[in-house]
Amino acid sequence: MNSLAPCVLGMIDGSMAGASRIGPAVDAIFWSLTITCTTVALAVGAYIAWCLVRYRRGSAAPRPRPRWPEWWWETIWIAATSVIFLAFYWAGARVYLRMEEPPPGAVPVDVVGRQWMWDIRHADGRREFNALHVPVGQPIQLRLSSEDVIHSFAVPAFRLKQDLVPGKTTVAWFEAMRPGRYPIYCDQYCGASHSEMNGEIVAETPADFSAWAAQTRDGNSSLARGRRLFVLDGCAGCHRGADRRRAPSLDGLYGRTVDLADGGHVPADDEYLRESIASPGRRIVAGYAATMPSYDGTLGVTDIADLVVYLRQLKAAAPRVASSR
Amino acid sequence: MNPAPPTSVAEDYLSRDRTLRSWLTTTDHKRIAILYLIAITGFFAVAATAAALMRWELLSPRGDLMVSDIYNRLFTLHGVTMVWFFLIPSIPTVLGNFILPLMIGARDVAFPRLNLASWYIFMAGGAITLFAIVAGGVDTGWTFYTPYSSTYANGNVMAMAAGVFVAGFSSIATGLNFIVTIHTLRAPGLTWFRLPLFVWSLYSTSLILVLATPVLAVTLALIMVERGLGVGVFDPRLGGDPLLFQHLFWFYSHPAVYIMILPGMGVVSELVTTFARKRIFGYRIMALATLSIALLGFLVWGHHMFVSSQSVYAGLVFSLLSFLVSVPSAIKVFNWTATLRGGSISFDAPFLFALGFLALFTIGGLTGLFLATLAVDVHLHDTYFVVAHFHYIMVGGMVMAYMGGFHYWWPKISGRLFPRRPAQVAAITIFLGFNLTFFPQFILGYLGMPRRFHLYPPEFHTLNVISTLGAAVLGIGYVMPLVYFAWSALRGQPAPNNPWHATGLEWTTPSPPPEHNFDRVPVVTGPPYDYPGPDA
Amino acid sequence: MNANHPAIPVPYVDAAQRARAGQLGMWTFLATEVLFFGGLITSYVVMRVTYPAAFAAGSRHLSFAIGTTNTLVLLTSSLTMVWAVALAGAARRRAAIACLVATGILGALFLALKSSEYHDKFVEHLVPGNAFRLPAGDPPALQIFLFLYFALTGLHALHMLVGIALVGWMVVRLGRTPAPPPDNAPELVGLYWHFVDCVWVFLYPLLYLVTPS
Repeated sequence: MNSLAPCVLGMIDGSMAGASRIGPAVDAIFWSLTITCTTVALAVGAYIAWCLVRYRRGSAAPRPRPRWPEWWWETIWIAATSVIFLAFYWAGARVYLRMEEPPPGAVPVDVVGRQWMWDIRHADGRREFNALHVPVGQPIQLRLSSEDVIHSFAVPAFRLKQDLVPGKTTVAWFEAMRPGRYPIYCDQYCGASHSEMNGEIVAETPADFSAWAAQTRDGNSSLARGRRLFVLDGCAGCHRGADRRRAPSLDGLYGRTVDLADGGHVPADDEYLRESIASPGRRIVAGYAATMPSYDGTLGVTDIADLVVYLRQLKAAAPRVASSR
Repeated sequence: MNPAPPTSVAEDYLSRDRTLRSWLTTTDHKRIAILYLIAITGFFAVAATAAALMRWELLSPRGDLMVSDIYNRLFTLHGVTMVWFFLIPSIPTVLGNFILPLMIGARDVAFPRLNLASWYIFMAGGAITLFAIVAGGVDTGWTFYTPYSSTYANGNVMAMAAGVFVAGFSSIATGLNFIVTIHTLRAPGLTWFRLPLFVWSLYSTSLILVLATPVLAVTLALIMVERGLGVGVFDPRLGGDPLLFQHLFWFYSHPAVYIMILPGMGVVSELVTTFARKRIFGYRIMALATLSIALLGFLVWGHHMFVSSQSVYAGLVFSLLSFLVSVPSAIKVFNWTATLRGGSISFDAPFLFALGFLALFTIGGLTGLFLATLAVDVHLHDTYFVVAHFHYIMVGGMVMAYMGGFHYWWPKISGRLFPRRPAQVAAITIFLGFNLTFFPQFILGYLGMPRRFHLYPPEFHTLNVISTLGAAVLGIGYVMPLVYFAWSALRGQPAPNNPWHATGLEWTTPSPPPEHNFDRVPVVTGPPYDYPGPDA
Repeated sequence: MNANHPAIPVPYVDAAQRARAGQLGMWTFLATEVLFFGGLITSYVVMRVTYPAAFAAGSRHLSFAIGTTNTLVLLTSSLTMVWAVALAGAARRRAAIACLVATGILGALFLALKSSEYHDKFVEHLVPGNAFRLPAGDPPALQIFLFLYFALTGLHALHMLVGIALVGWMVVRLGRTPAPPPDNAPELVGLYWHFVDCVWVFLYPLLYLVTPS
């Protein structure tokens, strides 16, 4: 029982509140809702109690007619509830739109969910399991994908939640405001050990974060794996070397705009790279035939993520070739 | 209403023919209601036992009693059985079947044989589901999300889905029967705006049963095919879309929430007027609110998917519509409250249950606003806040209303009175136990405890212990009615035709009514709830 | 039995009420059917938007000739069904029976053509599942199209079977001597039959007339 007090106090003083950039905005709506709803519930309850006592069977209280016709009361009530509802709708929608739009300068981090662990990659290829180190004050853009079933990446202290849906990449963002360790839960039921698919976000001061980054070495990093896979799975056979007839070079591809065979253009971002590995036929580079086989099924979500990390840092070699005709 | 005509020699429906065969081949809506009552009470016991085991397990954060796999099967069993084999059939098939024809002055429902068939289909679905449970259970959760259910889940998903699939056809048959009954079999003079609000609620519920259930059937069939044959449209590895499943599932399952609450609202309208001895406040707007909840309920399914990666614009629209559907619910709370003013209120057990409904439904509805608010839902989605919210509606709302309605019409059903004091004690016990069980779960959810968690971090321990203690009180509350109803059935005082001095055609028949309800077709000449008004 | 009207079974007070209940019951049932097919058609639409090329390719694997012939067969059967209902209502039993038999034969013809098409797909290994072989040059999502094809047409064929059984029952009922008192049973069967035709009117363009993009 002695943990109840801090537990309830925690709701009010907000040991979690203010841990993330978006948190205070969510809490402001939550507590306005709580105060409004409690007031309404107590008012209705008090009125009912008053009626129960005053108009109990046998009481001598007069039973007056309502002063106004019924439809008058109904109109007032409908108008009042609608106005309150619309206000909360508007407030919630505004903050939701902020949640959906990562601020400029957000650092990308890839999160792969699988039964039952969080497999996390930083932009530089550093890899963590069930933990995510971030510097305070730096917006982080999460790119979430799943290898098996639907998971949900939830950080209650940050008021953050986003499902990981197999077959697509979903996006979320946060910015930690205070150093600390904040639990990650999987909020979407995902099988036997669903309740053990936990982790934590370790938010550190920029200095501590740099120190941590310097300590961790690049042994089993995503980058190293990606480099290996690029050769092992035969990507290098066509995409590397001098012969440019079969496939475009990928050097310096990341971030550029690619001309497509159908006349369109597409920025070579993570989404495009992933798609081009999983379903190459969908958007063909101008000047090439759709000869590349799909690696969907051959390569897992993790493998593709590693390859993308590798491709991201391939520097432009000599002249631009990927978009040449 | 006219006073009851003198009872003829016709024997009542219970004692007419006591053989088991006559019960299993009956087409009498009253007997079918009793068959349903026995069935859903059994399913309730099964599902409640699963809940009790879960609450017992959650006494400790580290899962000392069972492994996670068993826990997961328990909450699936609890959800599937409670939703499809108790909550959805509860008020419509028991109270609705029994009371609806009596309320509208009909001799039976429009298709009596279809009514019996629907019970057999329901039992077949129940049998398949019980088989799935006995054969090892299923660990998908009642929501059957893909690709977990179609590819990864353990256990007998096929049988479980088949059980629900089959039971769905019984829902459709019941809904169809009620719609046709209400349209075509009303007594002369019983116009639409003279119908009791319970009839309006059954009508609205039936519309949902008929229009939403087929979509569930198709969705479950697609899951079975995908799991069995490895072809389908949900698993991304087959090229499918898991969100398509969620859209189809919630297109049924959100309206299904209204299947589970609208009949309760109808019952409570009856109880409030009867025990306040006053006409319902705003009758027409109550009727129209019922209907509009049923229709708007079809347009809000996407609010279950705010964090699922559906489009942002879909989120904006579904959130707005979800607030919109709250307006008619708020109207109802307002009108029940306003009905009490100037009444002449007595505190029999049915009314205590109705008051409990009013309080718990209000809390459940208001916390629904939190979940309709987009940004707040992101934080609360899939946490215990949601669990608490829908239990306030489903158990606090529907089960309270079912209990209230059952107590109210018990004298008509059984021909006997139940003891007054124990029933009042049971109502209060259930109300207190319920709040103790589920209110802490709101706090747990706000603090971030995810739902369907077998093991949980120690900081959530205290609130879970409180919740389990509440569940024990709630359990005691649910056992009490079993005892005094059994006593009443055997030893209770014979009930008069109209023990509550209520209006309504059902109270003009003998208790219990004869086989075909009315000797002569009654003629209705006035509005419903014709209680003496203020200053009368 | 109702004391006042011995021929009218219990819940009803007269034949008109009984007929109204039957009509409304059938319309309500058909409404549930719309939603039943609606769930599948929604899946079809979502998948078609996702894989337009595969759906165009899939449509080309179907037999345009059989699909079109079947459309004509079913539309004709609706005509004979309308006649049957009208004739039964006018108490012209023999003519009504003849029309019903024609309707049943057309329904059976539809199913026969459908089975031959199913047979072709089976031979070509185009039935989704373990035996499925993706033809060279076709996108993998072809299997999804074919799955929806079998699901939609299979469900429709099931309804056709029920419809033919109902038509057969009508023939037996009308042929019985002495004739049963006229009621609206033929009308209800007719409603059902037309509904099943209407479903096909949607399925035909959705499955057979996908323009290649």
